[in-house]
Amino acid sequence: MNTVTIEINGSKYETEKGKTVLEVANENNIEIPTLCYHKALNPYGACRLCVVEILKDGWSELTTSCTLPVNDGLRVQTDSEKVVKSRKMTIELLLARCPEEEVLLELAEEYGIEKPRFKKKDDNCILCGLCVRMCERMGPKAISFINRGSDRKVKPPFEEHSEVCQTCGACAFICPTSAINLEEITKNKPIPILDEFDMGLRKRSVMHISYPQAVPNWPVIDSEHCIHLQTDQCGICKDSCEADAIDYDQKEQELEIDVGSVILSPGFEEYTLPKGDSYGYRVYPNVLTSIEFERILSASGPYQGHIKRISDGKSPKKIAWLQCVGSRDESCDRKYCSSVCCMYATKEAVIAKEHQPDVESHIYFMDMRSFGKDFDKYFARAQDEYGVVYRRCRIPRVEQDRTTKNLIIRYVDEDGSLKKETYDMVVLSVGLQPCKALGNLSKILDVNLNEYGFVETDPFSPVNTSQKGIYASGTVTEPKDIPESVTQASAAAAEAAKNIFEVRGTEITEKVYPKEKQVSAEFPRIGVFVCHCGINIAGVVDVKQVVEYAKTLPYVVHADDSIFTCSQDSQEMIKEKIQEFNLNRVVIASCTPRTHEPLFQDTLREAGLNPHLFEMANIRDQNSWVHKNVPRSATQKAIDAVRMAVSKSTDLYPVHHLKIPVVHNALVIGGGISGMQSALSIADQGYEVFLVEREPVLGGHLRDIYLGVNGEQPQELLKETVEKVNGHSRIQVFTGTTVEAVSGYVGNFKTKLTSEDKKVPAEIEHGIIVVASGGLPYEPVEYQYAKSDEIVTQTEFEKDLFDGKSYLKKLQEVVMIQCVGSRNDEHPYCSRVCCSQALKNALRFKEINPDATVYILYRDIRTYGFREDVLYQKARKKGILFVRYDENEEPEVNIDKGNITVKTFERVLRRPLHLHPDKLVLSTGIIPADNMVLAKQLKIPLNADNFYAEAHVKLRPVDFSADGIFLCGLAHSPRFIEESILQAKATSARAATILSKEYLETKGNIAYVTSRNCAGCKLCIEACPYDAITFDEEKKIVEVNEILCQGCGACSAVCPSGVSQQNTFTKRQILSMVDACLE
Amino acid sequence: MVEEKKESKKNEFEPKIVGFLCNWCSYAGADLAGTSRIQYPPNVRIIRVMCSGSVDSVYILRALLEGADGVFVGGCHPGDCHYLDGNYKARRRMVLLRDILDTLGLEQERVWIRWISASEGQQFAETMREMTEAIRKLGPTPITKQWNI
Repeated sequence: MNTVTIEINGSKYETEKGKTVLEVANENNIEIPTLCYHKALNPYGACRLCVVEILKDGWSELTTSCTLPVNDGLRVQTDSEKVVKSRKMTIELLLARCPEEEVLLELAEEYGIEKPRFKKKDDNCILCGLCVRMCERMGPKAISFINRGSDRKVKPPFEEHSEVCQTCGACAFICPTSAINLEEITKNKPIPILDEFDMGLRKRSVMHISYPQAVPNWPVIDSEHCIHLQTDQCGICKDSCEADAIDYDQKEQELEIDVGSVILSPGFEEYTLPKGDSYGYRVYPNVLTSIEFERILSASGPYQGHIKRISDGKSPKKIAWLQCVGSRDESCDRKYCSSVCCMYATKEAVIAKEHQPDVESHIYFMDMRSFGKDFDKYFARAQDEYGVVYRRCRIPRVEQDRTTKNLIIRYVDEDGSLKKETYDMVVLSVGLQPCKALGNLSKILDVNLNEYGFVETDPFSPVNTSQKGIYASGTVTEPKDIPESVTQASAAAAEAAKNIFEVRGTEITEKVYPKEKQVSAEFPRIGVFVCHCGINIAGVVDVKQVVEYAKTLPYVVHADDSIFTCSQDSQEMIKEKIQEFNLNRVVIASCTPRTHEPLFQDTLREAGLNPHLFEMANIRDQNSWVHKNVPRSATQKAIDAVRMAVSKSTDLYPVHHLKIPVVHNALVIGGGISGMQSALSIADQGYEVFLVEREPVLGGHLRDIYLGVNGEQPQELLKETVEKVNGHSRIQVFTGTTVEAVSGYVGNFKTKLTSEDKKVPAEIEHGIIVVASGGLPYEPVEYQYAKSDEIVTQTEFEKDLFDGKSYLKKLQEVVMIQCVGSRNDEHPYCSRVCCSQALKNALRFKEINPDATVYILYRDIRTYGFREDVLYQKARKKGILFVRYDENEEPEVNIDKGNITVKTFERVLRRPLHLHPDKLVLSTGIIPADNMVLAKQLKIPLNADNFYAEAHVKLRPVDFSADGIFLCGLAHSPRFIEESILQAKATSARAATILSKEYLETKGNIAYVTSRNCAGCKLCIEACPYDAITFDEEKKIVEVNEILCQGCGACSAVCPSGVSQQNTFTKRQILSMVDACLE
Repeated sequence: MVEEKKESKKNEFEPKIVGFLCNWCSYAGADLAGTSRIQYPPNVRIIRVMCSGSVDSVYILRALLEGADGVFVGGCHPGDCHYLDGNYKARRRMVLLRDILDTLGLEQERVWIRWISASEGQQFAETMREMTEAIRKLGPTPITKQWNI
């Protein structure tokens, strides 16, 4: 017989032979204090705190429970008067020995000992021997007890630095007091393991989860530092893991997978500063990289979001950001612009101000490259609302004040005078560089890298690498921001899907569930299952007590516990119990519904129950894990959580998911390069496309672009694309056609088209819509544009350059003015392409006429990415002259007898400059088309500049918040051809997520309206962010479109009569939880 | 265990707090506090909702009238709402609700609304600590369920 029964404090416990009384007590949440016990180590009985009273017939004795093995019939008392008296004496003696130790002071307070009566010593070691036993377990046995009696202490042999110590720090970790000083023990220098994710700003353990959002969110062993993997000792984690999940033998495996294509997205690395750099990084403690600062700002970072200096932990009052560290710098072989640093530095400066309003944020920059959608607005807000100071100056070096560790920066201000400023902290805005792994990866995959070390892609098919079937997305092709990366990722997915569309879905086998039981007419019969989660829950919460409590709740017909409720056999058990007790509701008290609800709901379906007759009580993530020191309160909280869940579950009802068939056609509005590429990409994935263009011909603005940056031919692209579109069997083109009215919803749109001359179908049916309606070129009213033939726009000049007009060779001076109709009060955004267009044209002009002088009057040159090198640096080398002007000091253009004079202020020379060009070229921007009409028809939003507003700037850059409608090209915001193509392809991947489905299924927690009680007040229509609720004019009530509803519940919160409700979160269900909570 | 004994010994007032957490941010943040084993007082009882914008004022008032000492509403950070703008709706509702609390003779500080993202487990734990202490200082709710007539 291996089972024995013992009695602790009058209650009987069944347990296995070989355990100690302390172990049994711990398992059953009976509190026994101890300082020298650890379950991974042999019991030692040193601290004497765990004494218990063994009751024998007529007499009793005290003994340490950690060394007391159980045997049948053993009776012990853990908190009798005798035990407490003995414990008090022990604590008093220990406290006299180590009067400063926190753990002893706490114990003393708990047991009501104010001051020890004995003579105080100033030791900090209680001689528990945990460290000695730990060191033994770790292998080296570097420390041991030496001497006897009152001289006894823990030391390495001969009290010298140990040679065998492996400096693992386990002794210091286990020590309950502060007795271990590693430096006294080891010969080596103890080096903490630094957390890679937090950029080495905090320590981590060998067993760790890489970062809170890591996928999969599992702990990993750092094999380089693991004592077990290095020396075969320790192994404590394996002994302790109840789920037996530790596997030391896991090795890297080689897997062979059949794939249709490969998508390359290994990302980037931040620029690593060389040793001995002039900024003093790694030398001056308060010089950080932007990524390190990003971690400091993070609420989950090393300082929980408090900004602290590394040198002294004080909050900095003044922070400087230095831009272009490892970007736009030939000296370190980074000739390109990293594209994102201007914005992230601005963001960091703003967040620093938000965290700490008194901090002064200064950014030193060369050109402010806030070229993205709404970026200029953010830049303006940083200055106006947050008071971030921008100084146009590249800082070459940083000095440090030795005593204060403050940092000194010398810079030249706008007036040309040398200034000095002291900062508490300096952040280096480091650029992006290709990741190291790419070198090897590119060799294996045989894809070409460009001269900057990034993956080379085709300019007009920007996800295609040099190798067929291998696509690239994200920063692996060029430094870029999140929206562009996400867009490119979708585009790569579209390209990959194209190759295998014919076999789509052929390898899926659908799961068959039994017919659902009808339970509506029955009284609730609730089954409650409480999970131990090994010791994760049961180690804190008294699971048995929770189960017993659950049994007393109304409608509960069965309550049970299991070690791991999520395990396969537990699922079978639940299914059996559902049948046995004819359960029609299931409550599981375990982890979090965010991870495990789908699993349990599936079990319900397998047992023939509607999956929404299920409720979870979170008693692990939000209970046992966060209340481990207060088991009684944790148990009470678990009991409350179960009562609340049971109470809600009595009000649960079956929810059925509607299935609505999808029309597998797409409508693309706009026949420019974006619309055409989108149509092609969707059609290439096997779906029919209607392509509607307002103009009589396809092509849009691509028809006016003649020159490529790297010699590519936009007109060739136009010709090819139009041919492909017209020749595609699955694309129907309607030119000279406009959209008249759109009705329906995702999966089932109906659109009326009108055309003046051609016959078009009266109504087309389609499942999705792509908005590619384009933008318009700005028609300048500034700078005397209409008054002279020698004043032209860049587009007009480009045509002449392309045609090689003869007058070009005769020109002596050409002036270009940037930001015409961009970044002003009327159009407060950057048109993104004009800088590159001007440089591209200027370079071509210099090729035709090398002797002519070219001036470019600019505000910021925004040649981001590789354009920095191929355009800007090249232009400077070719002798093109750049003169910066301020927003408030725009150049002045006068025409006198046909001669053009341009007046501007030269900022370096600080004097006015008079130019007499024989050609003045205006770099005009892009303005939105008349987007309002379509916006109203499709009920899609516009931003403040009248471009369309996507659902989420970063996460859903080509989606509208309205389901089934997507966005690309100039209708989104100004952008280059290749960027438009990326967006266009991305829309096709997004569209395929809908078009590839036979049916669209409604979500479970969607809204419903009890029509007979609806007063038609329409409040819910306003509250709905998805236009899912419409008003029925005839019946004067509202209706919910189940497909469009996303289940936020906003409508139910505003409904004054409780008619609008959210399934699985009805008011009645929530209120019954509130009531149960406060019972 | 030490902590628990201490707490019970002091015989302090333990506030009862009802928390409405949005599924996507604050509830996930509370889960992360668990995964990261960050300890906080066990005074909150959590009710999961899909969005802070779905928290009807009635839920909060019902909790207060039934004797909750405090009510916590947690949503996504402004601009991060999974449902576009639910958190703004919640915020506007809270402003109005505060006036109602005044009329009921309840302190405004009994209702908290905070933005906690899915990555801010530490923040959630800290907020719970802060709120528990703040309500403890405020004392038990003046509303008692038993009516003495």
